[in-house]
Amino acid sequence: MVRSPESPVLTISGLVKDVGPLPTLDGKMLRVVSGLSLMAERGQVTALLGANGAGKTTTIECAQGLQKRTAGAISLLGQDPDSAGAGLRARVGVMLQDGGLPPSARPIPLLRHIAGMYQDPWPVDELIERLGIDTFSRTNVRRLSGGQKQRLALAAALVGNPEVLFLDEPSAGLDPQSRQMVFDLISELRNSGMGIILTTHLMDDAQRLADYVYIIDAGRNVAEGTVAELLRHQLPAGDASQHIRTLLFETEPGLDFTGVLPDGVDVTEARAGSYAATGALTPADLAAITAWWAARGIMPSSLSLEARSLEDVFLDISGREIR
Amino acid sequence: MTRVTGGAPLESAHRASAPRTAHGSAPASLLRRILLQGQYETITMLRNGEQLILAIVLPLLAMVGLTVTPLLDGLGSSRINVAVPGILALCAMSTAFTGQGISTGFDRRYGVLRFLSTTPLGRTGLIAGKVLAVLAVLFLQVLIVTAAALMLGWRPNPAGWLPGLAILVLGAAAFTALGLLVAGTVRPEATLAITNLLWILLGALGGIVIPAERLPALAQAVVHFLPSGALGQALRDAFLYGSVNGAAVLVLLLWTAIAGGAATRWFKWN
Repeated sequence: MVRSPESPVLTISGLVKDVGPLPTLDGKMLRVVSGLSLMAERGQVTALLGANGAGKTTTIECAQGLQKRTAGAISLLGQDPDSAGAGLRARVGVMLQDGGLPPSARPIPLLRHIAGMYQDPWPVDELIERLGIDTFSRTNVRRLSGGQKQRLALAAALVGNPEVLFLDEPSAGLDPQSRQMVFDLISELRNSGMGIILTTHLMDDAQRLADYVYIIDAGRNVAEGTVAELLRHQLPAGDASQHIRTLLFETEPGLDFTGVLPDGVDVTEARAGSYAATGALTPADLAAITAWWAARGIMPSSLSLEARSLEDVFLDISGREIR
Repeated sequence: MTRVTGGAPLESAHRASAPRTAHGSAPASLLRRILLQGQYETITMLRNGEQLILAIVLPLLAMVGLTVTPLLDGLGSSRINVAVPGILALCAMSTAFTGQGISTGFDRRYGVLRFLSTTPLGRTGLIAGKVLAVLAVLFLQVLIVTAAALMLGWRPNPAGWLPGLAILVLGAAAFTALGLLVAGTVRPEATLAITNLLWILLGALGGIVIPAERLPALAQAVVHFLPSGALGQALRDAFLYGSVNGAAVLVLLLWTAIAGGAATRWFKWN
């Protein structure tokens, strides 16, 4: 192990999880997670990024003790979640993907009820204000919008003031304002030392929140690193490990850029007059292309520069086909 | 640097650690957790209108029905004296089996059981809280039915109260175990259908309010072995004669043990 964190909150090594037997597989078991390993630290947001069905939820549910693993080792705050008791559960907050809140409950009595399970809970009034729950406090869980349910589920996960917080798809159903509210809170909790583990299939979530990302595909680790490291991730085509950027511009159609930009920067014309130059672009390349335009009296009607996104990395690694 | 494939963690030079202030709570005591959950579930049950009809209104209607019709005549005591023990048994079946089964089934569907089992409450506390809520609602049912029955002229054998209430709790345990078994193994819609159907079937033909000797011959042969028949008969023996029906108690114990074991073995939390 090369990384040697001072205080891991969660380590998973060689996790295997079979489910079934499934009638759709002629009564055979389905391997949902096969040999997955990861580590999450205090004061950091660790993201499990993967497509739907990649095994993210199964992995964290094994860590929460909600599912029994088939093989492998899990240590959550130094304990095995399968045999841990109330003492460990009190230190861990869980927000499930489906919320898990009783439909007939009212938000505030529900939060107060859950708070009663802890000796020293997060003051409920503070949580209510922080997550804007007072705006829908008189509505049954059943009638809440997706975003309101998510905020309430987050409050329910936080009410025990946990050291470790699991968030399964935290931004699902959130409108932009709620998302900002939730993301700000997550960042603040991270800074206060909480170890946060979240799953997401949204690159943007990972890019905005995560200190460290594990890309999961078909129940296995396929890549990991900080967001910056992953963005530098080597392309299969063999570009040097530099920042890959795309220069997008629109101008007159049918131009030939041969010889203007160095090898390794490809210019494509996606639609007539709409160009994309992709590669390890340097300031000199930008100077060269604008000089070339100036010499010919060309003025682009639009011009933008995009960094390579985590989405590109993800698609490069896990393949672009839909599964 | 990053690396593709292979599970081995990789070097990451700077994963800065913020100063730690998130401290984590200690759990409240087990007793407090169970009492809180019991209280919460009791309030939830009492606020559910359909549940109240099943738990209070239908048993009271059945009691009135049995006292104004000659169905229970010639059984050695007044209609009301024969009817009330069965009505108490019916109350236990309503709350422990049908009401609790349906609510647990839907809690399971909505992930409530999974979420609560990640809190300090845990699975054991969750089940204990449900049992407590069943007992609390049953206590209220006994108060209401007893009050109404005394007004209608019920004269229970004074020696029957102690064994009667103990047997009622045992019956509630058997029906709670059965309700959990159904709720934990089939879809909530099926739980709804099964527990309601059995409430009607066992209520009418299971020896619970109508004693075995007034049932068709076919039913007579089996009702003594049903939890409904055993509970109804044991309560009638207690409140009519002040006696304990050992065979019926044994049947209830067996149902509790078997259904409890099966629920523990096969209950699916998600």
